Amino acid sequence: MEKKNGILSKIFIGIIMLFFYAPIFYVVFFSFNSSKSLTKFTGFSLKWYESMFQNRPIMDAIWYTVACAVIATVVSTIVGTITAIGLSKSKKVVREFVNQVNNLPMLNPEIVTAIGLMLFFTSLRIQTGFLTMVLAHIAFCIPYVILSVLPRLRRLDPNMAEAALDLGCTPWQAMWKVIIPQIKEGIIAGALVAFSMSFDDFVISMFTTGPGVTNISIYVYGSVKRVNPTVNALSALIVYVITIVLILVNVVPMIRDRRRAKDNVLE
Amino acid sequence: MKNFSKLIYPYVIWMTIMIIVPMLMIVLYAITVRGNDVLTLQFTLGNFLRFFEDSIFPSVLWRSLKMAFFTTIICIAVGYPAAFVMAKMKPNNAAMCVLLVTLPMWINMLVRTYAWRGILTRISLSSEINVYIGMVYNFLPFMILQIYTSLSKIDPNLIIASHDLGANDRETFLRVILPLSLSGVVSGITLVFLPAVSSFFIPKLLGGGQYVLIGNLIEEYFISTGDWNFGAAISLIMAIIILISMYVTRKLDKETPEAND
Repeated sequence: MEKKNGILSKIFIGIIMLFFYAPIFYVVFFSFNSSKSLTKFTGFSLKWYESMFQNRPIMDAIWYTVACAVIATVVSTIVGTITAIGLSKSKKVVREFVNQVNNLPMLNPEIVTAIGLMLFFTSLRIQTGFLTMVLAHIAFCIPYVILSVLPRLRRLDPNMAEAALDLGCTPWQAMWKVIIPQIKEGIIAGALVAFSMSFDDFVISMFTTGPGVTNISIYVYGSVKRVNPTVNALSALIVYVITIVLILVNVVPMIRDRRRAKDNVLE
Repeated sequence: MKNFSKLIYPYVIWMTIMIIVPMLMIVLYAITVRGNDVLTLQFTLGNFLRFFEDSIFPSVLWRSLKMAFFTTIICIAVGYPAAFVMAKMKPNNAAMCVLLVTLPMWINMLVRTYAWRGILTRISLSSEINVYIGMVYNFLPFMILQIYTSLSKIDPNLIIASHDLGANDRETFLRVILPLSLSGVVSGITLVFLPAVSSFFIPKLLGGGQYVLIGNLIEEYFISTGDWNFGAAISLIMAIIILISMYVTRKLDKETPEAND
C-alpha cells in the first residue's frame, strides 16, 4: 500500500463523508428553526429545545434509556467477566457450547431475539416494563462482554494465577489482584460496547418494554407520524453529547501523552 | 485452577433461560394454533401454509431479500474503494478517517435515520430509493471498517514482492490484495445483509408506510394484530433463510484461502 492517493480518491472520500454527515448537520441546523418546517429555515430560535426540556415523555425516555444502559452495563460487565474467566479454565467442549449459544443472539436478526424474549416474558405472566427491558438488555450485552474479555485471557500466562495461589492467595485474591488487572482493557472495551449497544437499542426494547416505559429510540419511532420538531432538538442533543464524549475520549489521552512526553524531556 | 471453571455455572443457567428457552418459544408458537393454553397444545403447520399460500407474504419476503442483497452490493461497491483509499493514507490521516466513519455509528440508529427525513422530503425521491438510502447510510460504516481492517493487516512486503516478481498494479491487486482482503468483505456482508433483511424501522421511517418489508410484517402481527402464532411462523421462516445464507457465505469464506494455497 505504498502508492499515494490521487485527487479523485480524495474527492471520493469527501463525498462519502458528506453522505455520512449531511443529515446530521441538517437535523442540528433545523433544530434551531423558528417554524415547524423541515425544509424552510424561517429564523433562529431555541424554542424546540425549550419544549423538549418541558416535555415529560422525552425527559422520561432519556431517564429510562440512561438508567437501563447503566444497569445493563454494570451487570453484564461483571457477569461477562466472571464467565469469561471461568470459560478460560473450562474444558474445550463446554467453552464451544457456551460460545455457540452466545452466538445465537448475535447471528439471529434482532427482531427474532426480541420476540423470543417477549413470548418468554408473557408466557410466564411477567408484566412487561422497565424490569423486563433491563433483563433483555443484560441478556444481549453479556455475549459482547465475554467476546471482548476472552481473547485477553487467552494471552494471559496461566502460570501467573497458579503462582499467586501457590504463594498463598485465595482464589478470590488471585482473581482480583492477578487476573483482573491484566485483562482490564478487555473489560473496559466490553463495558463500552455493552453501554453503547444498550443505549442505542431499539428493536429489543420495543418488544420487551411495557406500557408507560419508553426509551429514546422508541420515542423517536413513535413520533414520526406527525411533524414534531422537538425530535430535532432531541436528535441534536444526542449529537452534542456523543461529539463531546468522543472528543474527550480521543483528545484527553493525546494531551496526556503530550504532557508525559514533555515531562520526560524535562527530566 | 479447576475451581475457576465453576464460575460459568450461573451464566449457563441464565443463558439457558434467556437465550435457549425464548428461541424454543418461537418454534412452539409457530407450530401451534392460536389461542392455545399451555396445557392443551394443538399442533399445526397451518401457520407456514398460510404464509406460502398467500399472494402477499412470499412477495414481501422476496422484496426484503432483494433489498438486503442490493444494499450489500452497494455497500461493497462503495465501501471497498473507500477502505482501499483509507488503507493507502498516512497513518494519522487514516486514523482520522476511521474516527470520522465510526463517529456517526455512536449516534442512535433511529435518530440517524430520522435525520434523513428533512433532506429526503426536500428532494422527494421514490419511497424505495429513500429506503435504500437509509439502509446504505446505516450499514455502510460496518462494511468500510471491516474491509479497512483486513486491508491494513496486509504485510506491505507482499505487495513489494509482487511488484518485484513482475506483477503490475492490476495483477497485484487481483492476485494479492483482493484475496487477502476477502475475509473483511465476508464479515462486512454478515454485518450488512443480516440486519438489512430484518430491518423494520428504516422502511417505516423513510418509506412513508407504503414500503413493507418482512420485519414490518412481523412487527404488525405482534404489536397491532396480536396474532403471535403467525408472527412467530414468519420470524422462523426469516431466521431459517438468514441462517442458510450466513452458512453459505461462511462456507465461501473458508474455501477462498484454500484456493490460494
